Amino acid sequence: MMKIHLKIWRQKNSQSKGGFKEYTLDDVHQEMSFLEMLDMLNIKLVKKAERPVEFDHDCREGICGQCGVMINGIAHGPLKNTTTCQLHMRSFNDGDTIYVEPFKASAFPLVRDLKINRSSLDNIISSGGYVSVDTGQAPEANTIPIANEIAEAAFDSAACIGCGACVASCKNSSAALFTSAKITQLELLPQGQKETRKRVVAMVNQMEEEGFGHCTNTEACEVECPEDISVLNIARMNYEYNKSKILRNK
Amino acid sequence: MENHLNAKIPEGPLSEKWSNYKKEAKLVSPNNRKKLEVIVVGTGLAGASAAASLAEMGYNVKSFCFQDSPRRAHSVAAQGGVNAAKNYKNDGDSVYRMFYDTLKGGDFRSREANTYRLAECSANLIDQATAQGVPFAREYSGYLRNRSFGGVQVSRTFYARGQTGQQLLLGSYQALMRQVNTGKVNLYARHEMLDLVLIEGKAKGIIARNLDTGKMERHGAHAVVLASGGFGKIYYLSTLAMGCNASAIWRAHRKGAFMANPSWTQIHPTCLPQSGEYQSKLTLMSESLRNDGRIWVPRDKNDTRKANDIPEEERDYYLERKYPAFGNLAPRDIASRSAKEQIDEGKGVGVLKNAVYLDFSRALKEYGKDIIEERYGNLFTMYKKITGIDAYLEPMKISPAAHFSMGGLWVDYELMTTIHGLFAIGEANFSDHGANRLGANSLLQACVDGYFVLPYTLQNFLADEIKNPKTDIHHPEFDKAEEAVKNQLEEFLATKGNKTAEEFHKLLGSELYDKCGLSRSREGLEKAIENIRELRKEFKENLIVPGDASEVNSELEKAGRVADYMEIAELMCIDALQREESCGAHFRTEYQTEEGEAKRDDARFSYSSAWEWNKNPATPILNKETLIFESVTPSVRSYK
Ligand SMILES: Cc1cc2nc3c(=O)[nH]c(=O)nc-3n(C[C@H](O)[C@H](O)[C@H](O)COP(=O)(O)OP(=O)(O)OC[C@H]3O[C@@H](n4cnc5c(N)ncnc54)[C@H](O)[C@@H]3O)c2cc1C
Ligand code: FES
Repeated sequence: MMKIHLKIWRQKNSQSKGGFKEYTLDDVHQEMSFLEMLDMLNIKLVKKAERPVEFDHDCREGICGQCGVMINGIAHGPLKNTTTCQLHMRSFNDGDTIYVEPFKASAFPLVRDLKINRSSLDNIISSGGYVSVDTGQAPEANTIPIANEIAEAAFDSAACIGCGACVASCKNSSAALFTSAKITQLELLPQGQKETRKRVVAMVNQMEEEGFGHCTNTEACEVECPEDISVLNIARMNYEYNKSKILRNK
Repeated sequence: MENHLNAKIPEGPLSEKWSNYKKEAKLVSPNNRKKLEVIVVGTGLAGASAAASLAEMGYNVKSFCFQDSPRRAHSVAAQGGVNAAKNYKNDGDSVYRMFYDTLKGGDFRSREANTYRLAECSANLIDQATAQGVPFAREYSGYLRNRSFGGVQVSRTFYARGQTGQQLLLGSYQALMRQVNTGKVNLYARHEMLDLVLIEGKAKGIIARNLDTGKMERHGAHAVVLASGGFGKIYYLSTLAMGCNASAIWRAHRKGAFMANPSWTQIHPTCLPQSGEYQSKLTLMSESLRNDGRIWVPRDKNDTRKANDIPEEERDYYLERKYPAFGNLAPRDIASRSAKEQIDEGKGVGVLKNAVYLDFSRALKEYGKDIIEERYGNLFTMYKKITGIDAYLEPMKISPAAHFSMGGLWVDYELMTTIHGLFAIGEANFSDHGANRLGANSLLQACVDGYFVLPYTLQNFLADEIKNPKTDIHHPEFDKAEEAVKNQLEEFLATKGNKTAEEFHKLLGSELYDKCGLSRSREGLEKAIENIRELRKEFKENLIVPGDASEVNSELEKAGRVADYMEIAELMCIDALQREESCGAHFRTEYQTEEGEAKRDDARFSYSSAWEWNKNPATPILNKETLIFESVTPSVRSYK
C-alpha cells in the first residue's frame, strides 16, 4: 500500500481557466495501473457527488492510442515505450507527488480536464495517408513478394498508435513523427510507392494547416514515443518531400 | 406457440449459393447512389470497411464511433491473426475445409450457408488488406507467412507481428479517411448512438449524443447499419475495451430487432489473471502463444513451490494428456473449461490461485531465444510491463477471461435484422461462429461482412429505396425517441444515490461470470436471474451520477451502458436456461458425458434462439431459426 499525492490539471472546457488541484490517496497498490489509480480517485469523487477527473482511455492495453497524459512533465510517464494505461504504480514510491496534465498543443484543443481533441491527426491521414485502392480491386496477394526485412521495416513505422505523445513532448508541437511514420510505411511497400510524391506533399501541407509546428530535430518525440518510432522516419519524410518538390518543378 | 424464422438462404448447392445470390441481387445505378444515405454505427473492421466500401460505390455515408478517432475501435486490439483459405502452405487447406473447421468449431450451431460464405470470401480479404499496405509477416522469400491457431490442423492464419487487428484496422481506417477526404463519408467521432428511430416499422435513423458537448443529435438515412462490436464487457473483467457496450444493439432490440443466442460468450483461455479488486480489465495474451507454449499445473494440490522448482514428473500438462491430437491447441472453450477444472480442483497457481502456467522452456531450448523473441517478442514485453515478470526465465501465468460474443442481433443471410432496413455486421451480429468462435475467424468475419457481403446485400435493399425521399428528422418518431433518451439521462442524474455505475457493473459482471460464464446450471441461472433483478432495482434507486447532461460526462455515459447491461444480463441467463444441452462455449453442468465433455442434443436444440423484446426484460419471446445441414452431418465434436 502506498500513499500518493496527486496534482491534477482540472479545466471545465477550452474557454475556462484551468489549474492544478490536489488529491491524496492512501491505499494505492503497487500492482494497480496508473489509470486504475485514477479510477479509484474518481470513485471517491463521485461518491462525494463531485465531478470526476475526465481522462481519455479505452483499450487499456497500450494499442488504441486513446490514453495519454503528461506525468511529471513526461508524455505517458517515466517508463520508456509505455503508454499511460500500461504504466503501473510499481513505478512510483510511497509518498510520491505526481503531476498530471493533459497533452498540450494548439492543434489539440482541450475538451475537459485531461481530455483533448486529436482529430487534427485524423485530418492528416485523411489528406493522403492511404493507398488509393477500392474494395475489390486487389490482385492476388502473393503476386508482389516483399522482402521480409522491408515488411518488417514498414511494420516498425506502421506500429504508431496515434496517441499524440510526440506532439505533446515537442517544444514546437510538431506532428512530424506521426506524419512521417505513415509516409515511410507506405513508401517502403510497393503497394504504396506509386502515390508517394503526391502523398508526402499533401500530408505535410495538412500538418501545417492543422497548426502543428515545425520540426527542429530535438528528437524529444522519439524518446517519449510509446511505440519507439524512430526519428529516421522524419529524415525520410523530409527527403521525400524535397524530392517531390524538385521533381514537380522539373 | 413457437415462431420460426426464415433466414432467406439462397437456393443451390452450398458452394454456389453466394454467387447465385450476387447474380440475382438488385443493383442501384451510380447516378441513384448519390441520392441514398446510409448510417453506419461503428468504425471497427466491420464498420470502417463497410463505410469505406459503400462510399467508394457512391453512397453517402455517416459514420459513428464513441472513441475520439475511428482508428481506436477495439478491433485494434486483436493480436493473433486472421484466417484465410489460401492454401499457401500446400497443407491440404481449402474453402471446404475451412468451412468445416468453422462449423465444427462452432459445435454445429451456426448457419451452414453463412459459414461457407465466410470461408469463400476469406482469400479476397488477404488480397485487399495487402493492397492497402498492411505489413503482414513475410517469409525470407518475400511471400506471405502463416501460422496455425487453435482448433485446426492446417496453417491458415495470416498475421502482422502480434498486432494483426491494429494493422488490419489501420488499413480500413485509412480507406475510410480517404472517403472522408472525398466528402462521401461524414465522420462523427465521440458520438454515441442512444436510440434507433423507426418510421412505419422501418429503420430510418438514430439519436446520437455528442459526447464532447452533451448535445443530442438526430440523423436520418435510408438504411442503418450497426457495427458496434461485442458486449463481452458485460462481465466487467474482460479483454474488451472500457467503452465497449451493448447499447446500440440493445436499443435496437427494444425496438424490435431479435437477439440471437445472447448467452454464448467465448471465455478466452490465455489472459492475464486478476490480481486485485481494483482491476479494470484482463489483458489477453494471444492464443498464438499456444503454438509453442505448454500449459500445465502442479500435479498436486496446493503446491507452493515456484514453477521452476517443480520437476517435470510432478507437472500435469493436462491438455496434452486429455486431448493428444490437438494438445495445447485445443479449441478455446475446451482449453478454458479445462483450466477452470484445474483451478476449481485447487491446482491453480499465483497469489489468488486463479491461474495456470504457460511454459516456453521447451521451445526456448529447441529454437533458441532469438526465434521465440521474433515470434512473440511483443507479447513477452507486454507480459513484463503488466506483471513485472520476465517470461523468458519463468512460465507465464494465465487464466480464462470473457472475450467474444458469439451472440448478437439475429440477421438473415443478407445480414438484415428483423427490423426492415436495419443491418448488423461484425461481432454485433450472431451469424457465423455458432456456439464457439475459432481463433482468427472474427477479424475475418468483421472484414468479410463489411468489404464483401454488405455492399451487395445492402444495395439489394437500397434498390427499392430510390423512390423514397430523404428521411425527415422532424418526424414525430424522432421527437419521441429523442424525448425518451433525454428522460432516461435525466433520471440517472436525478437518482442521487451512492453507488457508482462502475460499482454496479462490477457486481453484475461477477454474478454473470459466476453463474452464466464457463459453466452454467439451472439452479445457478435461476438464482442469477433473481439477483440481477435485485441489482437492477437497486440501480434505479441508488445510482449516483454527478454533473449534468449538457457537457462531457463520462459517468453519465457509463450509466447508460450499465443500464442496458442490467437488462441484457437477464436475457443471457434466460437464454442459457432455455438451452438444455451443452454445446461449444455453453456448458450446462447437467448435460455432460461421463468424461465431463459437452453433451449436445441435436434432436431438441439444433436451432438458434432469437429473442423478441416483450415490454420488459423478464418476459422475452423465444423465436427459433432451425438449423438445417444440407452438406454435412453434425458429428460429435471431438478433439481427442
Ligand atoms: C483483445 C482481443 C483480441 C482479439 N484477437 C483476435 C484475433 O487475433 N483474431 C480474430 O480474428 N479476432 C480477434 N478478436 C476478436 C475481434 O477483434 C473482434 O471480434 C472484431 O475486431 C470486432 O470488430 P467489429 O468491427 O465488429 O467491432 P469493434 O472493432 O469492436 O468496433 C465497434 C465500433 O462500434 C462503435 N460503437 C459501439 N457502440 C456504439 C454506440 N452506442 N454508438 C456509436 N458507436 C458505437 C465503437 O466506437 C467502434 O467503432 C480479438 C478481440 C479482442 C478483444
Ligand atoms: S487506453 Fe488504449 S492505448 Fe492506452
